[in-house]
Amino acid sequence: MLNIFTELADWITFTLFGLALHSKVGGAVHFFIEDTVKIFFLLVVMIYFIALIRASLNIEKVRDYLAGKNRFIGYFMGSIFGAITPFCSCSSIPVFLGFTSGGIPVGITMSFLLTSPLINEVAVLLLLSLVGWEITLIYVLVGLAVGITGGIFLDLIHAETLLQPFALKAYQSAKPTVNYDANRPAISFRERHEFAKQELLDILSRVWKWVFIGVGLGAALHGFVPISWIEANLGSGQWWSVPLAVLLGIPLYSNASGVIPVMESLIAKGLPIGTTLAFCMSTVAASFPEFILLKQVMTWRLLAIIFALLLASFTAVGWTLNAVNFN
Amino acid sequence: MKEIKVLGSGCAKCTKTAESIQSVATECSIPVNVVKETSPEVIMSFGVMSTPAVVVDNILMHSGSIPDRKKIESWLK
Repeated sequence: MLNIFTELADWITFTLFGLALHSKVGGAVHFFIEDTVKIFFLLVVMIYFIALIRASLNIEKVRDYLAGKNRFIGYFMGSIFGAITPFCSCSSIPVFLGFTSGGIPVGITMSFLLTSPLINEVAVLLLLSLVGWEITLIYVLVGLAVGITGGIFLDLIHAETLLQPFALKAYQSAKPTVNYDANRPAISFRERHEFAKQELLDILSRVWKWVFIGVGLGAALHGFVPISWIEANLGSGQWWSVPLAVLLGIPLYSNASGVIPVMESLIAKGLPIGTTLAFCMSTVAASFPEFILLKQVMTWRLLAIIFALLLASFTAVGWTLNAVNFN
Repeated sequence: MKEIKVLGSGCAKCTKTAESIQSVATECSIPVNVVKETSPEVIMSFGVMSTPAVVVDNILMHSGSIPDRKKIESWLK
C-alpha cells in the first residue's frame, strides 16, 4: 500500500523535475518527497483514529490506577502508560507533582516520564513505516526497559530524598486520591471526534517542523554521504562509536518524529542498529530544555543522577544490540 | 471583580488561554483580573495535572486545554 508514495516520488523527481535517476541530488530529492508525503499522510490518518480510541484515557485515570499498585506492576504499568498517554512536555511538572502528592513512588512516576518522550503513537507509526516491524519492536522494548529499570533504580537509591523540600513534603503527606472518574458521564462520539480533531491539530502544529528538519537531514545523508564511508568508519560497531553517538545526541534536541527519518537513513547506510538507536534515543530523551524544567521539583544532584542514568542505559543498549548483531 | 488565575508552566497554550479570557471579558465589558500562575506549588495545591487550567474566584473550573468561548462566557456571568 505504501508503494504509492514511492511511485509519487518517482514521478515528481524524475519526470516532473527531470532529475537523473542515479544522481546524488535525485536520490536526496526523492527521499525527501517520498518521506514527507508519506509521513504527513500517516500522521493525519493515524493520529485522528488513535485519538478517537483513547479520548477517554486521561492523566487522572492513570494516576488513580497507579496509586496503590504493587511496586513492580507499578514500574511496568507506569512505563506502558507513559507510552500511550497523550501528554505534552510542558505538563511534566504538574504531572510529576500530581503523581507524587497522590503517594505514587518517585520511581514509578519517573518510569512514566522517562518512557513518555521515547515511545508514542507517532514514533511507533513512523518506525513501522520507515524501518520495518523488527526494529520497531526492538525500539519499543528498549524504551520500556529504560523506563522500567530507570524507575526501579531511582527508588533503590531513595530518589525522593533528593526532591525539592515542598515536593518531598507533598509525597510524605500524600492522601489517597479521589476517584476522579466516578462522577463523569461517558463521552459521546461527538466529543470523541472533537477531541481527536483537537489532538490532530495540536500534534501536527508541534511536529511538522521536526518532520521537515528530520527528513531533510535524512535526505542529505541519503544522497550525499557514501555508504562506504559509514561502513568503513563505524560499520563494525566499534565500542567507542556508541558512547560517542550518545554524546552527540545530547545537544541535538528533537522529538521522535524528527529523528526517525534520520534513523532510516543511517541504518540504510550501514550504521549498526545499536549505535543508531543509542543516538536517536539520546536525541529524543536526554535534552537539556526538558531537564531544566524538572529542576523546579528536584535537586541538581537528582537531575544529574537521572541524566547519567539515561546516558549509561543508552550506551548499554547500543553495545548490547551491536554485540547481538541483528541482520 | 472576578479573580481569574490561569495555571500553567508558561507554555504557549497558557498564554493564549489568559489572552482569550481577557479579550472575552473586555468585549463584554466585565471587569476581571487575570493572572498567570506558574508556581508548581500553587498548581499542585489545586490538584491540577494537565495545564492550562483555569481557576475562577479560587474554584477550579477547567483543566487540560484552551477553553472555548462559550465556557469562558459562562464563567464571567
